[in-house]
Amino acid sequence: MSLISLEDVTVAYDNKINILEKFNLNVEKGKLISLLGPSGCGKTTTLRLIAGFLEAKAGKFTFKDKNYTNIPVYRRNFGFVFQNYALFPHLNVFENVAFGLKQRKVPKSEIRKRVPEMLELVDLNGFEDRFVTELSGGQRQRVAIARALVINPDLLLFDEPLSNLDANLRIAMRVEIRRIQQELGITSIYVSHDQEECFSISDEVAIMNKGVIEQLDSPSVIYKYPKTEFVARFIGFTNFIDFEVESSENGKLLLNSNHSKFRALKTNDVKVNKSYKGVIRPESIKMKSYIENEKQSENSIKGSIKISTFLGGLHQYVVNTELGEITVNSDREPPYDAGENVILSLPEDKLVLVEKG
Amino acid sequence: MKNERNYLLTLMTFLVYFFLLGPLLIIIVVSFGPDRYLAFPPNGFSLKWYSNIFEVSMFMTTFKISITIALLGNFIALLLGLPAAYALSRYNFRFKNTLNAIFISPILIPGIVLGFTLLKFLIISYNIPMFTGLLIGHIILMIPYIVRVISSSLANLDFSIEEAAMSLGANRFKTFFIIVLPNIHSGIIAGVLLSFLESFNTVDVSLFLSGPGISTLPIQMLNYVEYNFDPTIAAMSVLLMVFTVIFMFVIERTLGLTFFTKSR
Repeated sequence: MSLISLEDVTVAYDNKINILEKFNLNVEKGKLISLLGPSGCGKTTTLRLIAGFLEAKAGKFTFKDKNYTNIPVYRRNFGFVFQNYALFPHLNVFENVAFGLKQRKVPKSEIRKRVPEMLELVDLNGFEDRFVTELSGGQRQRVAIARALVINPDLLLFDEPLSNLDANLRIAMRVEIRRIQQELGITSIYVSHDQEECFSISDEVAIMNKGVIEQLDSPSVIYKYPKTEFVARFIGFTNFIDFEVESSENGKLLLNSNHSKFRALKTNDVKVNKSYKGVIRPESIKMKSYIENEKQSENSIKGSIKISTFLGGLHQYVVNTELGEITVNSDREPPYDAGENVILSLPEDKLVLVEKG
Repeated sequence: MKNERNYLLTLMTFLVYFFLLGPLLIIIVVSFGPDRYLAFPPNGFSLKWYSNIFEVSMFMTTFKISITIALLGNFIALLLGLPAAYALSRYNFRFKNTLNAIFISPILIPGIVLGFTLLKFLIISYNIPMFTGLLIGHIILMIPYIVRVISSSLANLDFSIEEAAMSLGANRFKTFFIIVLPNIHSGIIAGVLLSFLESFNTVDVSLFLSGPGISTLPIQMLNYVEYNFDPTIAAMSVLLMVFTVIFMFVIERTLGLTFFTKSR
């Protein structure tokens, strides 16, 4: 039984449009799961619903086998880390962290013990008497994390906690968050629109679109084998080619597109004689110069360079082929010229078939 | 350019200030004159008009009424205005702008109109005691200041700290008192002081809502000048000016200091 389960949850703002409709999500104990998606996809709504800031119009939220749907936010023992930190400006660091303990009527002597321990955990010992306004963004977010953790929450919720920090600090902080989460073994839900951030710290990532989870898998599975066109597009696949499945045998697919035959591994549930999008990353395609009368290997196609752009270590080319324009990355020196004829080969283990979105 | 002195600007500034403050200076000087009439420049120096203030019993009575009305009214206006300001800043609901306009309208409606209307309905139609009527009139006058000033204080408040407090175990009610109030206390103090001054100084609304035994200090001063032309009223004005200046200084201090120490 999962720790968290959302069943057929519907949420609407001002009773108008449903942000989430019959939404389902299960999270296992001890996992860090990310909700990832473009703005407006419902990820923050999901998080705020779990936190108790929002009420569901319909559906059920179960936590530890107990019905939490109508339990008010202040009775749920969940830690919440806000995007803008939401520290109390009239209190100093110690009082901020101690706030949750005071609400729980924890004895003063224990508060004086636990707060410094927490500040130690987030590497802020000695900052007890500072006011929030005297801290940098990274320090504020550490205080916010300490404040959420000190109450020994049953669940830790992160709402884009790093988006107000600069790039270097973001990377350092996400490692920190992952370290703390694993050290305490605390179940966490993490919302972000930053793919790299989610992939780097999560056990599982849920890619959301228009209030629906399109795919929920481990980061490496999502990275290699997206299930839908939306997911593929969102995580950086640039090539979308129409294919029809001719046959499917022993986990291998024979595909047909515009009378060219291609092979691919079966990663998703696909049906024969149905049309799908074949997606592939620009860095997965191998490209070489076209040589007249050379025998073409399998899964390759002829094309000519249309546009070339410089990406630093390599060039990105848009190649005109019978299958349409295909984007390819290549680090060959000297770079290909515009109009040059090339052969592209699409490795069968990198070509993924997804539902048309 | 920055260091260049603009003599014309200096002159204009001086003239503007002279125009604004000149009459007040004259009043101050006149209040110390010994004659039974207002003379400028005065023919000597005397404090007798200041002591005369305390001899005219109506001044003391109406001063007490003014203070009572201002303090009591302020308390009630705060009870009504604080939740209103909070709701207007925190929530979105239908007719929010209309409601906001209604709360501000007493500033826009001429005091004469407000005073007369209240007289007509509260006193004449419903026979409400004069003191209560006067109190209601002043509460209506004070609410816009309370709502406006507290609203602007709330506008700077990040309401996610409320959610933070609730996620840490404080219920909504407690959150308001231990999280919201401490962060807007400067706005509350400023609102209370401003509306106190407004109530204490107002003439038009009070004019209609005063009667035998019930009157405010400004109304009493008005009555006094109808029959007397001695510098008592000038002395009174000076005292009120000092009173107001001290008040404004306190407002400046409460708002000013917290603005400097709590920069966001």
